[in-house]
Amino acid sequence: MSSHEYTPKSKFGKWFNDRLPLLTLANHLTDYPTPKNLNYWWTFGGILTFCLITQIITGIVLGMHYIAHADLAFASVEHIMRDVNYGWLIRYVHANGASMFFLAVYIHIFRALYYGSYKSPREMIWIIGMLIYFLMMATAFLGYVLPWGQMSFWGATVITNLFSAIPLIGESITNWLWGGYSVDNPTLTRFFSLHYLFPFLILGLVILHIWALHVPGNNNPIGIDLKKPSKDTVPFHPYIVIKDLFALLIFLLVFAFFVFYSPNILGHSDNYIEANPLVTPAHIVPEWYLLPFYAILRSVPDKLLGVIAMFAAIFVLVILPWLDTSKVRSALFRPIYKQFYWFLVADVLILGYMGAMPAEGTYLLIARVATAYYFIHFLIILPMLGKKEKTLEVPLSLTEPVLGGSASTAMARDDLKLKSLG
Amino acid sequence: MINLLKFKIIIFLFLFSSISFAAEKSPPLLKQDWSFQSFFGKFDRGSLQRGYQVYTEVCSSCHSMQYLSYRNLAEKGGPEFSLEQAKAIASNFEVTDGPNSDGEMFQRPAKLSDKFVMPYSNIEEAKLSNGGAYPPDMTVLLKARKGGADYIYSVLLGYEDPPEGMKLDDGVYYNKYMYGQKIKMPKQLYEDLVTYADGTPATPEQMAKDVTTFMAWTAEPKLEERHKFGFRVIIYLVILTILVYFSMKKIWSRIETKV
Amino acid sequence: MSDSEKKKPNRRDFILTATTAAGAVGVGAAVWPLIDQMNPDASVKALASTEVDISSVQPGQSITVLWRGKPVFIKRRTKEEIDSARNVNLKDLKHPEKDEDRAKNPEWLVTLGICTHLGCVPLTNKGDYEGGWFCPCHGSHYDTSGRIRSGPAPTNLEVPEYKFVDSNTIKIG
Repeated sequence: MSSHEYTPKSKFGKWFNDRLPLLTLANHLTDYPTPKNLNYWWTFGGILTFCLITQIITGIVLGMHYIAHADLAFASVEHIMRDVNYGWLIRYVHANGASMFFLAVYIHIFRALYYGSYKSPREMIWIIGMLIYFLMMATAFLGYVLPWGQMSFWGATVITNLFSAIPLIGESITNWLWGGYSVDNPTLTRFFSLHYLFPFLILGLVILHIWALHVPGNNNPIGIDLKKPSKDTVPFHPYIVIKDLFALLIFLLVFAFFVFYSPNILGHSDNYIEANPLVTPAHIVPEWYLLPFYAILRSVPDKLLGVIAMFAAIFVLVILPWLDTSKVRSALFRPIYKQFYWFLVADVLILGYMGAMPAEGTYLLIARVATAYYFIHFLIILPMLGKKEKTLEVPLSLTEPVLGGSASTAMARDDLKLKSLG
Repeated sequence: MINLLKFKIIIFLFLFSSISFAAEKSPPLLKQDWSFQSFFGKFDRGSLQRGYQVYTEVCSSCHSMQYLSYRNLAEKGGPEFSLEQAKAIASNFEVTDGPNSDGEMFQRPAKLSDKFVMPYSNIEEAKLSNGGAYPPDMTVLLKARKGGADYIYSVLLGYEDPPEGMKLDDGVYYNKYMYGQKIKMPKQLYEDLVTYADGTPATPEQMAKDVTTFMAWTAEPKLEERHKFGFRVIIYLVILTILVYFSMKKIWSRIETKV
Repeated sequence: MSDSEKKKPNRRDFILTATTAAGAVGVGAAVWPLIDQMNPDASVKALASTEVDISSVQPGQSITVLWRGKPVFIKRRTKEEIDSARNVNLKDLKHPEKDEDRAKNPEWLVTLGICTHLGCVPLTNKGDYEGGWFCPCHGSHYDTSGRIRSGPAPTNLEVPEYKFVDSNTIKIG
């Protein structure tokens, strides 16, 4: 992958590296040439890695105290909150961590949409990313069921019932998912098992995601191909590491605010009522990060078509690299796309809001229009726009508008070399 | 730059859109200045102890507190009864233990490690004794209701005569803050219902406030610790963020590109 | 020019060192809750003492009760057993301890029912010593004071902290 060969200095290092090239990998990661004009929207990849690791660690810890049994799950969560040393902290980090994870992933996805990061030659990064996103939603849903509160139970009931829309075999599939004739203890135990498994699948996909990224290298705000390494790039360490760290700390401040001062604001109060199969809560609302898809599901009056529409909403994202026909990547040079981009942002926010509202009257009407627009954006506007749009002139290099001369850059590089030797 | 700003605003709106629609058709809740809600918020010990008294003397005949143990009463951040007081409180209650060597269950006075004794042995019995309505467990009830402390406080004081034309079934009462305005719990708090040991006048408002405070603690027993930790964590993060910021400026100054 | 170049690395180093140190402190503080959560929790600690009714135990009889998840032997010893335990020459013992120190009330011996070798539960009234214990796992013999007499176990059966609440009740822990 890296353009230069790396040889460890020590004899042992060389011996080791010849047999398992971990040091070459580490060297590749630290030296990885990164565009120097990346803005803060590009720091969310690092933030997401942090989120995933935090969720895995806190999750493993919670798994040591949680009991996956319909009669004991709710009480075991209260046990964690009351008796386990720092249990309240670990659980609140895990629960709010899921929301923070999605907040970061949405920013990450919308950054890619704005700067055209999904376009050739980065389609694989994008598709793997969408798989990660899909698995994240599945994991979050499974995890939300585990406290066995009212929203857990009824959320599980509603979402698993989506599969009953499948003709002929729908009922067999839901019974198979439940391990019974309704959401009950067998459902809970398998959800726990899968909730424990999926994050590791995500971790594997994240490694592929980064691998696929390191083949063509990062896109950048200008969206042009850069020569790597060149004066347009900086080594990942320390330049990007320290910048990612700075952004992560800002992110952690927001995270800490939720954990310590509003730990339950992103959750639903009904989930502090133990699951009761006889009483459905007045409004069943999924977690905020699933609301846009929930709105799409509800805005289609037919059961099967609603489910199809919801999955299609994710699928159009997967095939986006081929729907967007424009050769220019960054929205900075696509004045009309830029407008439509913000329409889409607004559209998704409207869908999210409608997902939280009762599905009736004006709300339903707005949700339907927003759903239609969502698909129009991807299936009609983007393919046409790529052909019709008059794009602005794209610069050939980054450095010229940014740097006056290259002498100082050369000095900095020498300085760097000295540092790495010392 | 304008786009960045737009993005920030939108993200913010998005986060809070799912929260802000909480408005029901009921009148606005009676807002109280709860001592535990602020940034450094703590529980009022006196209020917690009085609230415990109201719970035991009034609520506990129907409502359980199944996740609470008697030892919690003496723990830091709670009512902070002394260990002796908590032991004395526990020994007032009988719990079923066993089986003993004769294979029989037996009654004994509760110990600190025991959970709060429940008024009914199961949900069905609770329903039977309360006209078909199950008095919910109160341990986390405050977190299980939109509006939290203000909601509980309001409902306790929200009993009124039903408006003209509203028909209420037997055993159903009108409460203007309750969801749907109908409640199966009759009004509980009357003037001087309990006699506070510290001489505080037992008005309905005072009792509602005390028992709500008590419920806020039972729902969130680590709240004081959480606030304390949160403050330290945020101070630490701010300091580290500043340090990292200057480190970043230093490092990037080597190549004279704006970060 | 050369002046500022000399100063620069120093200041940079100071900030980077301070940042690294502050970061390390934070990581350490964040790791502690993740470790401490595995320690006994509040509900486990609350059960750390157990009261046992011993009114029905006859002389020569031994009962086994559970304390902190471990078996505890409570043995009511006969006159002969007490005498045999007290008349042992300390020089013959692998782990010399007087019976007087192990049983405050000579009639009652309270020990953990855990072999000090590798944690098995010894059998009561078995082994080479009358009224003693024998561990079936690796063949350790304990006398009627719970002291190791032969076999691989290194020390005597441990005496937990306990006290007589009244003449019929022992509180362990």
